[in-house]
Amino acid sequence: MRGRTVIAGIGHTAFGALSGRSATSLIVEATRNALADANVDKTMVDALLVKPSTSAPQLMTGQIVAEALGLQPKLGMSWDQGGAAVIGMISYASLAIEARLCDIVVICFADNPRTGSSEVYRSSTGTDGLFGYVGVPAAYAMIARRHMEQYGTTPRQLGAVPIAARRHGAANPSAQLRKPLSMADYLNEPYIVDPFRRSDCALVSDGGAAIVLMSAERAMQLAVRAPVPILGFGLGQSSWDVRLRQDLTTTCATVSATTAFSAAGLAPEDIDVAQLYDCFSIVPIMTLEDYGFCKKGQGGAFVEEGRIEIDGDLPMNTAGGLLSETGMPGMQLVLEGVRQVRGNANLQARKANTCIVSSQGGIMQTHGTLIIGG
Amino acid sequence: MTDFPIPAIPEHALPFWEAAEKSQLRYMACNSCAHSFLPARTECPNCLAADLEWRMASGKAQLISWVIYHRAFHPAFADRLPYTVALVQLEEGPRMISNIVEPDPDTALTINLPLFVRFQDMGNLRIPVFSRQPKL
Repeated sequence: MRGRTVIAGIGHTAFGALSGRSATSLIVEATRNALADANVDKTMVDALLVKPSTSAPQLMTGQIVAEALGLQPKLGMSWDQGGAAVIGMISYASLAIEARLCDIVVICFADNPRTGSSEVYRSSTGTDGLFGYVGVPAAYAMIARRHMEQYGTTPRQLGAVPIAARRHGAANPSAQLRKPLSMADYLNEPYIVDPFRRSDCALVSDGGAAIVLMSAERAMQLAVRAPVPILGFGLGQSSWDVRLRQDLTTTCATVSATTAFSAAGLAPEDIDVAQLYDCFSIVPIMTLEDYGFCKKGQGGAFVEEGRIEIDGDLPMNTAGGLLSETGMPGMQLVLEGVRQVRGNANLQARKANTCIVSSQGGIMQTHGTLIIGG
Repeated sequence: MTDFPIPAIPEHALPFWEAAEKSQLRYMACNSCAHSFLPARTECPNCLAADLEWRMASGKAQLISWVIYHRAFHPAFADRLPYTVALVQLEEGPRMISNIVEPDPDTALTINLPLFVRFQDMGNLRIPVFSRQPKL
């Protein structure tokens, strides 16, 4: 498996408020850009994998998108796993290519919660709303509080995550939020849901992204300009609601990472750059622990002192992530991983032979880990 | 004040709310494997049997985690800000989302803090909430 499939092309739209654009329209634009990047004609695409819109999911999303792209793919999928769907789809697409079920795959996502409806992020489950337990940030804040209490993780450590993201996003012309953030700015922000301030929380963004996958062999035949090999992937499912997890601060990202590292024949110390899902500041802190970059409980200390900034030991979320580039649920992290490995990122890490990407969905219910590199 | 819309409560969960109406806290127990749980289900998530019964909780619990809302995600909660939402574990094992109420609702909380059930009216429903004091 290692290196036998490649990411041949990437594309995206603008990020931010894109008034009047439907999710389908954004997908078509992103796919057009990804096909151009791969130098592949759309008539060669025989598989289409779509992550459905979060804010306005539709039945038969895959077929709606295929029609808009003028495709009749052999293999189609609309994958409902929240953010983890991104690496899930890359994994299943790689297996399908290996099994010769298909040849050239497009994986895509778009949504427009910023100018459309962001109601989904303010909803509640069952009777939880009677207690005022409303909105996505509170559920992640519940996990963050437990982490702070259990391991002594501090507000300054949480703050180090958006500060790095915003430094990186400021250098990214495509980023939605390009204003740098200082620790003083961060600590002065009022709480939204304590322990979270505004900058701990992902942006709400319109936008789309797409990638083109094929075998390494096919990429060579087609003289694809800059194919990036997939070295390993893994999946994991915490599944249960936060309240039912006996341990709130460890997730099945441990499982997805173990599988991915094993497939790649690599360990955390072999990774040069990380793109870790950061819908809330606590998430990459826990992911660093669950992936084995540090011991459980040491994630807060790991992100301090600029260690995850572009010139640090492990540059992380080098285009700004969900906290600065776009709130899109995860595809942008794969795109930035590809740019780093290709060596043409806006903020290029000193060394980027290997990049790890995480994706997760729901309230850390689903997990995917991807390792790419030359 | 806008009222929070009362969600549709499925039939298998009604005994929880009927008990709360009488200021009682109940949880589900499986007669087949002795697993105790909330929220209510029609089958035991441990052994998958459908032989379930409602049992009375002691009302003692401990704090697993909590958050403090400083922004209302629904207008119904605007005049309660700031308020605390907690994840608590009942002495019998089940976990539930609830609120921490007086005294000092938002200071000096720590994980594993012992808590005691109270009941509070919320629109037409009575809801179980928790306090640090055994008796008011």
